[in-house]
Amino acid sequence: MERTANILKWEFTMSQKIRILVAKPGLDAHDRGVLVLCRAFRDAGMEVIYSGLLPTPEQVASIAIDEDVDAIALSLHNGAHLTAFPEVKKYLEEKGANEIAIIGGGIIPEEDKEELEKNGITGNFGPGTSMDTIIEHIKKVVKK
Amino acid sequence: MLETENYWKHKINELSKLKKSSEKDDEDVRKWEKEILEPWNKKSNNNEEFSTTSDIDVKTSYSASDVIKKRDKSMPGEFPFTRGPYPNMYRGKKWTMRMFSGFGTPEDTNNRLKYLIKNGQTGLSIAFDMPTLYGYDADNDRSRGEVGKCGCNISSLKDMEILLKDIPLNQVSTSMTINAPASILTAMYASVASKNNIPLNELRGTVQTDILKEYIAQKEWAYPPKDHMRIVRDMMEYCTKEMPKWNYVSISGYHIREAGSNAAQELAFTLANGFTYLELGQKAGLKTEEFAPRLSFFFNCTMNFFEEIAKFRAARRIWATVLKEKYGVEKGPALALRFHTQTSGASLTWQQPMNNIVRTAIEALAGVLGGTQSLHTNSYDEAWALPTEQAVKVALRTQQIIAEETGVVQAVDPLGGSYYLEHLTNELEEKAYRYFEKIDSLGGVISAIEKGYLQKEIAETAYRSQLDIEKEKEVIVGVNKYTEEEEDKIEILKVDDEAQRIQVNRLKQLKNDRDNNKVRESLENLRKTYESNDKNCMNDTIKAVQAYATLQEIVDVGREVFGEWKEPQIF
Repeated sequence: MERTANILKWEFTMSQKIRILVAKPGLDAHDRGVLVLCRAFRDAGMEVIYSGLLPTPEQVASIAIDEDVDAIALSLHNGAHLTAFPEVKKYLEEKGANEIAIIGGGIIPEEDKEELEKNGITGNFGPGTSMDTIIEHIKKVVKK
Repeated sequence: MLETENYWKHKINELSKLKKSSEKDDEDVRKWEKEILEPWNKKSNNNEEFSTTSDIDVKTSYSASDVIKKRDKSMPGEFPFTRGPYPNMYRGKKWTMRMFSGFGTPEDTNNRLKYLIKNGQTGLSIAFDMPTLYGYDADNDRSRGEVGKCGCNISSLKDMEILLKDIPLNQVSTSMTINAPASILTAMYASVASKNNIPLNELRGTVQTDILKEYIAQKEWAYPPKDHMRIVRDMMEYCTKEMPKWNYVSISGYHIREAGSNAAQELAFTLANGFTYLELGQKAGLKTEEFAPRLSFFFNCTMNFFEEIAKFRAARRIWATVLKEKYGVEKGPALALRFHTQTSGASLTWQQPMNNIVRTAIEALAGVLGGTQSLHTNSYDEAWALPTEQAVKVALRTQQIIAEETGVVQAVDPLGGSYYLEHLTNELEEKAYRYFEKIDSLGGVISAIEKGYLQKEIAETAYRSQLDIEKEKEVIVGVNKYTEEEEDKIEILKVDDEAQRIQVNRLKQLKNDRDNNKVRESLENLRKTYESNDKNCMNDTIKAVQAYATLQEIVDVGREVFGEWKEPQIF
């Protein structure tokens, strides 16, 4: 009896955990930021899946669906965010995974943020953003 | 000669013995600590502890008792070159002011290069965009949105001809920041020179080519490590013979540091890579005294002022010592480590960007005090985008002010003999030897890469440093202290998608105009050469380039023969 309760409790905690995919969807290997974030998300109690380098937007969407994540944290430093981030969103929608939240970050000029927001990509954090700010934002958009 | 691992152990022991032998109780210093410092600290309630980025403890003050007595007493230009590779350093020749630039189409970058030459720059340095760095053409699906964004796009020899138009290749020295496809870009550069009747042995410049640090830090590779190293070997052989003034590898700590390592890790991992290239050349049967002088280095210079200067001095001392003791290089220019420096991009902040001018100036000064041979200063707007002309000009002027107004160039190694600096130099040296021992215990650099060890070391340091920033233990002005609600607005450079359109059209035209049979034939020959490890691939690479095979067509041959590389799990 006690064991079942423990398992139930465990399943309950598990489902409370945010599952997040961290990825750089393009030809961009500036991975210092994402590797720091992976550790920070883990230490904040999330289950973190890191895509590894150089996935295409389509591959990012597939991993997100296969891994059944709640959110995807995307980062690019190479100026291709306006092309690549909305593409991830497009593939998710095509595969009927609208509920997965997409959070953006990297070297994103102020004037690009609105365009990304319009495409359903939130956050869009620039350099110098504290890890806490990003984690708080994820918790807010995932609403678990 | 000792076995490798034993050699490092021996060096560590030697250092600690030297340290012990010079440890003595300096009565005056003791007295000062007891009678003056301690009461002072008590009164001001000051017990904060200090350390450098590499966790070297920093005392309140240093004295003669902190300097190892029997340490090298060399002068500049003298073995082990701790104080500089040349006896008169900047009194003879100032460092080369080499501003890294490149964006958009080859035409755009050609214009920027000419602008920099007009403004007094003395060496060219070209940045390439992501598709070029990874070996994808502008018309490939993977290149969408990325053409010309982070540097100049080069998809074929045609582009290189435009990039170098009206630049006197026998008068300038050109640095190209290219790694995975370095052999191909070298072939393109040489082909442009040949077309202009400039003999290859007059070409001066550097291609980065340092593939080891790609796996460790920058992560721009095309093939697995061993196959890339074979191509580096081929370049070494070819250039030693045909392009003797061409530095075919620039062993780079820059990216290792930017990826988040500390000074000791940058120093150690970079030199370990250097030893690996040295062994590669020796194994290929090249004469060490002929090829080793072409191995040059590229370091980062970031904000911890004295530790950075010490790093450069330690690098020179270690390189000379190890080459002599372990690799049997008795004398000659190979022993004197020469390096390029770039100020730290990672130290630049997006917030209050004008502050970056000050950061860059301080970093540049440390590079100069450390005895750099060439220098790139970052522009204040580079946390935002590629720099505008205005921002680049300020960065270049920063170097000119240091060189011509401050007087720091007048005496060589002006900080040599500083108790603190000499202490830091010794400490960094010891930390480096400990890393060399560790790396060798894992089977050498390539094996340490395959195991993910070096990558993890860096990622852990980066994370710890970020935590320190969050806790405000590490201060970044404008980011976690002295912040402002309203951000300063600056003009930034925007690269639109026009570059992509132009490059895609040019490729289309090229594929129409060229002799496609010749292209196929040249690629087939290259494939056969790639397939037999003992053959040198440079001549076939040059032939393919001159047949106007595109960059990606050439790299794809390698991808098919060697396969791709999947990074070990590092998170």
